[in-house]
Amino acid sequence: MDLANLSAHELADQLKSGKVSSVEATSACLQRLEKTAGLGAYLHVDANGAKKQAAEADARRAKKQSAGPLDGVPIALKDIFLTEGLPTTCASRILEGFVAPYDGTAVRKLKEAGTVLLGKLNMDEFAMGSSNEHSGYLPAKNPWDATRVPGGSSGGSAVAVAAGSCFATLGTDTGGSIRQPAALTGIVGLKPTYGRVSRYGVIAFASSLDQVGPMTKDVTDCANMLQAIAGHDPRDSTSSTEKVPSYTETLEKGVQGLKVGVPKEYFIDGMDPEVRASVDAALESYKKLGATLVDVSLPHTDYGIAVYYLVATAEASSNLARFDGVRYGKRVDPGKGLLDMYLETRGKGFGPEVKRRIMLGTYALSAGYYDAYYVKAQKVRTLVAQDFKEAFAKCDVIVTPTTPTPAFKLGENTGDPIKMYLADVFTVAVNLAGLPGLSLPCGFSKSGLPIGMQVLGRPFDEATILRTARAFEREHDFSARRAIS
Amino acid sequence: MSNDIEFEPVIGLEVHAQLSTKTKLFCGCSTAFGAPPNTNVCEVCTGMPGVLPVLNAQAVELAVRAGLGLHCTVHERSQWSRKNYFYPDLPKGYQISQYDKPICTGGKLDIEVDGQTMTVGITRIHMEEDAGKNVHDDLVAGARSYVDFNRSSVPLIEIVSEPDIRSSAQAAAYMKAMRQLLRYLGVCDGNMEEGSLRCDANVSVRPKGTEKFGTRAEIKNINSFRFVQQAIDYEIERQSELIRAGGKVVQETRLWDSQAKSTRSMRSKEEAHDYRYFPEPDLPDLVLRDGFVAEVGKRLPELPSDKLTRYTSKLGLSPYDAKILTEDAEVAAFFDAALATHKNTKSIANWVINEVLRELKGNSVESLKFKGDAIGELVKLIDDSTISGKIAKDVLVELMAHGGSPRAIVDSKGWVQVTDTGAIEPIVDQVLAANAESVEKYKAGKTNVIGFLVGLVMKESKGKANPAMVNELLKKKMGG
Amino acid sequence: MSKEAPIDRAAVLHVAKLARLTVSDAEADALTRDMQSILAYVKKLDELDVAKVPATSHAVHLETLLRPDEPRPCMPLEKVIANSPERIGDGFGVPKIIE
Repeated sequence: MDLANLSAHELADQLKSGKVSSVEATSACLQRLEKTAGLGAYLHVDANGAKKQAAEADARRAKKQSAGPLDGVPIALKDIFLTEGLPTTCASRILEGFVAPYDGTAVRKLKEAGTVLLGKLNMDEFAMGSSNEHSGYLPAKNPWDATRVPGGSSGGSAVAVAAGSCFATLGTDTGGSIRQPAALTGIVGLKPTYGRVSRYGVIAFASSLDQVGPMTKDVTDCANMLQAIAGHDPRDSTSSTEKVPSYTETLEKGVQGLKVGVPKEYFIDGMDPEVRASVDAALESYKKLGATLVDVSLPHTDYGIAVYYLVATAEASSNLARFDGVRYGKRVDPGKGLLDMYLETRGKGFGPEVKRRIMLGTYALSAGYYDAYYVKAQKVRTLVAQDFKEAFAKCDVIVTPTTPTPAFKLGENTGDPIKMYLADVFTVAVNLAGLPGLSLPCGFSKSGLPIGMQVLGRPFDEATILRTARAFEREHDFSARRAIS
Repeated sequence: MSNDIEFEPVIGLEVHAQLSTKTKLFCGCSTAFGAPPNTNVCEVCTGMPGVLPVLNAQAVELAVRAGLGLHCTVHERSQWSRKNYFYPDLPKGYQISQYDKPICTGGKLDIEVDGQTMTVGITRIHMEEDAGKNVHDDLVAGARSYVDFNRSSVPLIEIVSEPDIRSSAQAAAYMKAMRQLLRYLGVCDGNMEEGSLRCDANVSVRPKGTEKFGTRAEIKNINSFRFVQQAIDYEIERQSELIRAGGKVVQETRLWDSQAKSTRSMRSKEEAHDYRYFPEPDLPDLVLRDGFVAEVGKRLPELPSDKLTRYTSKLGLSPYDAKILTEDAEVAAFFDAALATHKNTKSIANWVINEVLRELKGNSVESLKFKGDAIGELVKLIDDSTISGKIAKDVLVELMAHGGSPRAIVDSKGWVQVTDTGAIEPIVDQVLAANAESVEKYKAGKTNVIGFLVGLVMKESKGKANPAMVNELLKKKMGG
Repeated sequence: MSKEAPIDRAAVLHVAKLARLTVSDAEADALTRDMQSILAYVKKLDELDVAKVPATSHAVHLETLLRPDEPRPCMPLEKVIANSPERIGDGFGVPKIIE
């Protein structure tokens, strides 16, 4: 079997037993990367750096100083993470040539865990998009069907994991950017509770919604990755001091006695029948495994997208103000003074979707509109969060489809921003409420496209989400299927 | 409008004070003044992608101190907001500030103008970060500018007054009283040349006797007491003239140009006036823990007005002396330190006012090579007859030049006053022998010649003889 | 929410300037159309009465984080300025700023 098709924990076992070396695993990824280059997963490959780190990991292992389950495991990172000495562009032309001067906290933790960094992954520019078609460089393509999108914004991350060109990765999720591409590419993606993982060194899209999380081949890998990056960071005032439990300890505990909430608002008319059938089957499966299904209601679900697009764009319009051509990044200066330098640098440096969102956000915050748009959205956000609070009084986890449809065709939604935004209809509410949510494969369409389901949990209860997901995964082979053999 | 109409100005001041912290408001970079460009900076204060702010605890303490000193309500919960605008010295494209929910509201400051005390209301105090500096240095930059971020994210408080001020003299008095208070509290060093303290003035005029406020102009960039007065006077005159000529004052931001001694419109600020404030998502609300404000209150140093009262009523100093000693927090601390070493209030006050402050010629007491306790020690040496007042002045000269302890100086120079009769007697005898004429005069009843003789003995002893003892000995020997 | 007419082209151009974005004529047309349809979509929030609902700016309860006032080493100048599009001396060069 090709090494590149192992999960990270399977690789870890083989590294531990000495069957393979980190250098071999790294070469396998680089070969797979070359074979699948057309999928556009990577924006920057650091082959030499990776080989060096792999050799160091092997040396550590030889000296019995191995750091843990991730030591020597080749990973790659969404290009939104600052990685010292490596290009970091957020898939935007405005950051072309920018070399990160420091490591973000999650990146530092993964380095300390001994991972090997293969390179930086494609994404929608500044994480704004649901298809990876808004990358400022090239679109990424779905490894199960290259005429289809891999989802976004962490599209490159999803492709790299699904195609085997890295063993695991981190994405960021503002409105579904981890879970939606995970669902469309048949992998596991977790958006932790807001504040569970430090955002330091992650280029901000919408600060009150952004959260870093693992994207992996299976649930066990997801637990190991989360373990490595979770925890309070004195450099992030919004990171929580809540204690980090052992995620692996409870992983195999099953769902006996667990109450699984099923919100009727997530099973809507007009959703793809194959998606519906897969999630329904999954719910049946949970019943068989000893869980109880509970009907719950999340009545403000339908307002999620509207709230999200006001809050996220408002915050983004401010977060992206620093890209002004003064201190870093690309500058376009027509030589007519400061104002024109700003206008041209930003006008030429940002792509159309980013501009559209900066415009919307600027408008929502501007004098005379602030209360009508921004404040109103933040109030409805309170209602959305209350819905979940009430629902979780009745159940331990909530299970929903991750997306209304499997992967759509490249170009299918690019003409209509709202249609594209609706791809996030099942994922945004969790961000608005700050809750954790995980997507895992729960089936395949007849045409062979992966279908994902979402497991949502209480704040900081990632452990229960992970064991719920693992209980399903253990009974099915969906996570074990590989797009590339 | 008639030409002889009299106008009354209505003035409110916004004072920006740099908090005396070691590090910046949201990162651990040093706030030291005068470092080479871009050396006190990091990824956070240069607004690199991915950075996040973390609040400086000491800045919070100092802001609370200022609030208590200005008799404000200190709010248990306040909120951070982003003020969005583009400018090269503003690295993130927004300033982190407080907007809807500032840390302090509703205080007051008493000021004295022409011997009259008046109260100026304080609307609010909010915390914010400073911007960097755009530098226009023809030698380095030619026809370009460059940005230095050393100041970026230095902690400030903005203290906004009520529009209670009615003249430029009151405005200057307010600034002086504010500076004095902030220095006392240890909140701000008050150094206006280095930009630690500066103010913007909101000025409008209205016909005398009317109630309604006129349209105001905001004057920026005022960084000295003199300029406060000049800028406001200019602006009052400009607005009054404008109205007399049938014109209208427009609400705008104006820049004080200290060279031209005038204010001019800042159009650059006008067009981007929509700051799009919203709550800063990167920072939770600032919640002061239980009892924190009370603790800060306990640590609050004595305020200038309280000190003044104590000096006159408890220490018995004259109002004039007390005022001089309390004018400046450092001087008062210097005096208090002297007094803690030796309890001779009158004499120490005289030494500090008439000797130390005069020698300083306007420099700060902090520039001295010695501290207040040295003056206490010096006066003690006089009082216990270790040295004479004359020698004490020589000791002060020595202290000024090299610092050190008065006792050690006196010892090492051998200036200890001679009180041993056996050591003084031979000199007395010698002087009497050489001045038989004066001795005769004395004996003839012209007793005032004794002063002359004491002087000679003192000179002979190089000032070290105890003058009282010399006097005694002379009288005895001359049979008086 | 706004009862005014949906955003027009002039307002779009104003917002673009506020956001420091040049937009071509074609972009201005597209943005006007897109923003009109997005603003029409978000109007659905008007269905809800939120007069008494507090606004949420942080979804998860967070404690105030304070940092001790202790200096940390700064970033070396060369690293700070390495990505600068225009270096003037040890500063970040920009077109001349006239107040």
